[in-house]
Amino acid sequence: MPMIFGIPVQALMGQLLVGLINGSFYALLSLGLAVIFGLLRVINFAHGAQYMLGAFVALLVQTWLGLNYWFALILAPLIVGAFGALVERSMLSRLYKLDHLYGLLFTFGLALTLEGLFRWQFGASGQPYAPPPALTGGVNLGFMFLPLYRGWVVVASLVICLAVWALIEKTRLGATLRAATENPVMVQSFGINVPMLLTLTYALGAGLAALAGVLAAPIYQVSPLMGSNIIIVVFAVVVVGGMGSIMGAIVTGYLLGIAEGLTKVFYPEASNIVIFVIMAIVLILRPAGLFGKEA
Amino acid sequence: MANHTQAAGKAGAANVARPRGAGWVLVLIALAALIIAPFVSYPVFVMKLLCFGLFAAAFNLLLGFTGLLSFGHAAFFGGAAYFTAHAAKVWGWQPEWAILIGVAGAALLGLVMGAIAIRRQGIYFAMITLALSQMFFFACLQMPFTHGEDGIQSVPKGSLFGVIELNQGLNMYWFVAVVFALALWAIWLIVHSPYGMILKAIRENEQRAISLGYSVARYKLGAFVMSAAFAGLAGGMKALVMEFATLTDVAWQMSGEVILMTLLGGIGTMAGPIVGAGVIIALQNRLATSDVPVTVVTGIVFMICVLLFRRGIVGELADTRLGRMLGLR
Repeated sequence: MPMIFGIPVQALMGQLLVGLINGSFYALLSLGLAVIFGLLRVINFAHGAQYMLGAFVALLVQTWLGLNYWFALILAPLIVGAFGALVERSMLSRLYKLDHLYGLLFTFGLALTLEGLFRWQFGASGQPYAPPPALTGGVNLGFMFLPLYRGWVVVASLVICLAVWALIEKTRLGATLRAATENPVMVQSFGINVPMLLTLTYALGAGLAALAGVLAAPIYQVSPLMGSNIIIVVFAVVVVGGMGSIMGAIVTGYLLGIAEGLTKVFYPEASNIVIFVIMAIVLILRPAGLFGKEA
Repeated sequence: MANHTQAAGKAGAANVARPRGAGWVLVLIALAALIIAPFVSYPVFVMKLLCFGLFAAAFNLLLGFTGLLSFGHAAFFGGAAYFTAHAAKVWGWQPEWAILIGVAGAALLGLVMGAIAIRRQGIYFAMITLALSQMFFFACLQMPFTHGEDGIQSVPKGSLFGVIELNQGLNMYWFVAVVFALALWAIWLIVHSPYGMILKAIRENEQRAISLGYSVARYKLGAFVMSAAFAGLAGGMKALVMEFATLTDVAWQMSGEVILMTLLGGIGTMAGPIVGAGVIIALQNRLATSDVPVTVVTGIVFMICVLLFRRGIVGELADTRLGRMLGLR
């Protein structure tokens, strides 16, 4: 069997794939965080809970309505996005004038509540969610065996990330959004409904988290705690990447996912903490983050 | 935090460096309550409350008086609980030394975490402290001396200075009460010292403090380490009171809990964190017997506090005429 650095190629590639999958979710989630933070100046602690909601919507529409994965992929972002819009309109929007920390604290409370409600209703243990029949099985790439669903997740998340990047950097709506980030008062005086823009942005971020949740459902188990486990890692990703740039958030997400996967091969004990260690090193060497401007 | 600091500024103008007149009455009432509490309530419950009250007061030293929101204080509280429990159980140290090593360990952790975290401000500071404390959580999960999921169980209380058996009667209670009172007094002295004034200046306007020539980073780090040390004192005592130290104490939920206690009681007030801790601990006790998960209720209380009630219980009271007369804050 071929070896690299004394590690079988197959094991190395396997962990690289795991890293790439984790990285896909880090990228999707930190992208949503960056989009929301860019305009609302709120760190959305409930992002993990919204990711969990997405996975649960997939599970529940399947068991209650018999709708399959592909419907869930469309329904979950819509439902969770609408829920996000409701929360933003009714509560979060009252906090914009205050210190940004209150937005963080509010969404933290929201996350605790949602997580608690789902644990109450469905228990703390995870429930399996089968991948769609079209994506079961795998292909042999010669050097490794690639489960089809995992390949799909990598491709889908990459496409989604690039689409969101293009939406924000290349379209007219995105230009308005970026202008509102720079100077909301000026944009409002041009006759653009900035509060509506804020609501849509929050809904977009929440919808992205839900989409990531549906993608994740067949890979990780659907459990009420799946969101809080991942969100703290994503915070570290966001600190490393800096929230100034959309592309920065995406690239950092993938890089750190891969770094985590590689650590699992070479020094498994540290794989839980490697992202935090990288964060600490980056903060010491380059406090503004890899892609960030000092806020 | 902009809006509560405005409120604090208004009241702060009249606030001179020591409690006067009516203020002393409050201190005396509090001391009297400390003395009669074990006779009217369960001593273990009161001791738990005092530990968490001190924890919240330590946290408030950082958030309320320096303006830094740490989302990682569980590391200091839970870390110290582990150190104290290990020293008391495995090494057989006397309780005062066991607690001291907890405090020292927490202070050292605070020095490392603080030095990294103060490199960024505001929201980033909160996220960095959260991430670093999560790193400490995973370290605790894997290090052998913490016994992973089981935690350190049946920690002996030992005998204080080798003479006072803490197992007997209310000895443990009096020990905790005295340490609690002394620690709060120390926090009060820090807040009202020239050092504390500079911390408040940094909270109000960091740029201006820098331009006045203060080494802001060093003051922030100092406040962070002191806050960590007091949180460690609370955690170490908690380990001896409850006779165990587990992963719950270092988990991020604990960091959230102490924020909620402080927010609910009143950020930037002396009495607030203790009142907040009392309400939350009592609430948890009540909910322990029902099947409603605690996090649902704490989450909702969190949202209500942030939306409607940002000055907290003591902060709202302090703005009434009675509150101004008594000089709450």
